[in-house]
Amino acid sequence: MDTRVQPPRVAAATGTRPKLSVRDLSFHYGSFCALRNITLDIPEHRVTAFIGPSGCGKSTLLRTFNRMFELYPDQRAEGQVLLDGEDILNSREDVSLIRARVGMVFQKPTPFPMSIYDNVAFGVRLFESLPRIEMDERVEWALKKAALWNEVKDKLTQSGSGLSGGQQQRLCIARGIAIKPEVLLLDEPCSALDPISTGKIEELIHELKTEYTVVIVTHNMQQAARASDYTAYMYLGDLIEFGPTNDVFMRPTQQATEDYITGRFG
Amino acid sequence: MSNRHLSTQFDAELSGISTRVLEMGGMVESQVARAVRALTEFDSELAADVLSLEERVNATEIEIDSDLSSIIARRQPTARDLRLLIAISKTIANLERVGDEAARIARTVQRLVDSGVSSRMRLPVSDLVYESELAVGQLRKALDAFARLDVDRAVEVLRRDDLIDREFEGLLRKLITFMMEDARTISSSIDLIFVAKAIERVGDHAKNLAEQTIYIVKGTDVRHNPVGTVESMVR
Repeated sequence: MDTRVQPPRVAAATGTRPKLSVRDLSFHYGSFCALRNITLDIPEHRVTAFIGPSGCGKSTLLRTFNRMFELYPDQRAEGQVLLDGEDILNSREDVSLIRARVGMVFQKPTPFPMSIYDNVAFGVRLFESLPRIEMDERVEWALKKAALWNEVKDKLTQSGSGLSGGQQQRLCIARGIAIKPEVLLLDEPCSALDPISTGKIEELIHELKTEYTVVIVTHNMQQAARASDYTAYMYLGDLIEFGPTNDVFMRPTQQATEDYITGRFG
Repeated sequence: MSNRHLSTQFDAELSGISTRVLEMGGMVESQVARAVRALTEFDSELAADVLSLEERVNATEIEIDSDLSSIIARRQPTARDLRLLIAISKTIANLERVGDEAARIARTVQRLVDSGVSSRMRLPVSDLVYESELAVGQLRKALDAFARLDVDRAVEVLRRDDLIDREFEGLLRKLITFMMEDARTISSSIDLIFVAKAIERVGDHAKNLAEQTIYIVKGTDVRHNPVGTVESMVR
């Protein structure tokens, strides 16, 4: 059954500029095809969520947005991923510069074995050499943005791994935004967190979208419904449906999407 | 694709609540039919039966509402499931009002009987019977459309709504003539006008039910549109 549909050009429909444009993207792990001819536009200053069952390709897709997949052997992407119109897949630009523009936060909190302060300053030091006072400001700014400042301002020199899971994840988000990326990729950012920490991170996502384009991969459909402006449903490497979150959760156009979000998938 | 949820318990909850809606529909449908029969037969006891059913209808509405809240809280339904539950919430409010209309008719019957009006006055009650058959038929068809999630049948209900409206207008003209010819019929004619209006409202509620069924299946809110527009909206 061919369930592929032409995804709506959301950017055109909303008047929002596409920040990332995916064009006919296919992805292979060795001989296994993980993504097939994906085309969609991710609007700027909006939250776009990718949902779908395990193995549908949503995390793989996310990893092409900052060429994270290149860290692993035998993986190749065909097609285009345009960041502000420039193809980042075939770019000769230093990949770390791309990753400075497209930050990423992972499923499990990954604090570096250093102080809270240094965790946030680490990424900044790779790209900028700021005077001490400016670095202090940047660290404070990022921790405030990540809604963590009040909880850690008196223990900045303590180790990041002493924080709770939710705090660690917000620390990673602070580290991600400290370098002021344009796009923030969140790969299941709340799957290891309790509901209160999850709520804080969702609140944070909502705040961040005024300055960043946020892309989130989540297994938690309610989270996609709560936190995103646009939702894409993927299945077995195909993009099945992409549209405003309200439409996707209230009246999806594809039967396969409906079956998945209503829990009829099996 | 499967029509079943991964959670069979959720399936059971949804089908259970739909069944209760149909039960409630059956209750008010028989209330209306009995109220009209009480009128044609000037049967005060039958009217009392109709009134005694009202409490059960009200209690059923409250029970279904409480089940709705708990399903929404526990299951966080989306898409068709969410639309079904929202539509049920509106549907039972409409059904409860159908019950109110039946009770209104029953109370009128009791008043007429108590005031000593008899069938010999040759009031046009048989015209009311026709109007009520149309209305009860519409209600049954709307409930049937809900049970089968049948959009065509729901649209048919919308299409036939103006039959009842026309019947009501015809009755109104007839009763006005009665009152002009014989002033002694004024009081009971006015009562009959209220009954005819109550029956016409039952038809309106049936129409609302049909619109909710279209919403469940198509996700389109067709309220406040002429039937021609609705037909093109659901196509």
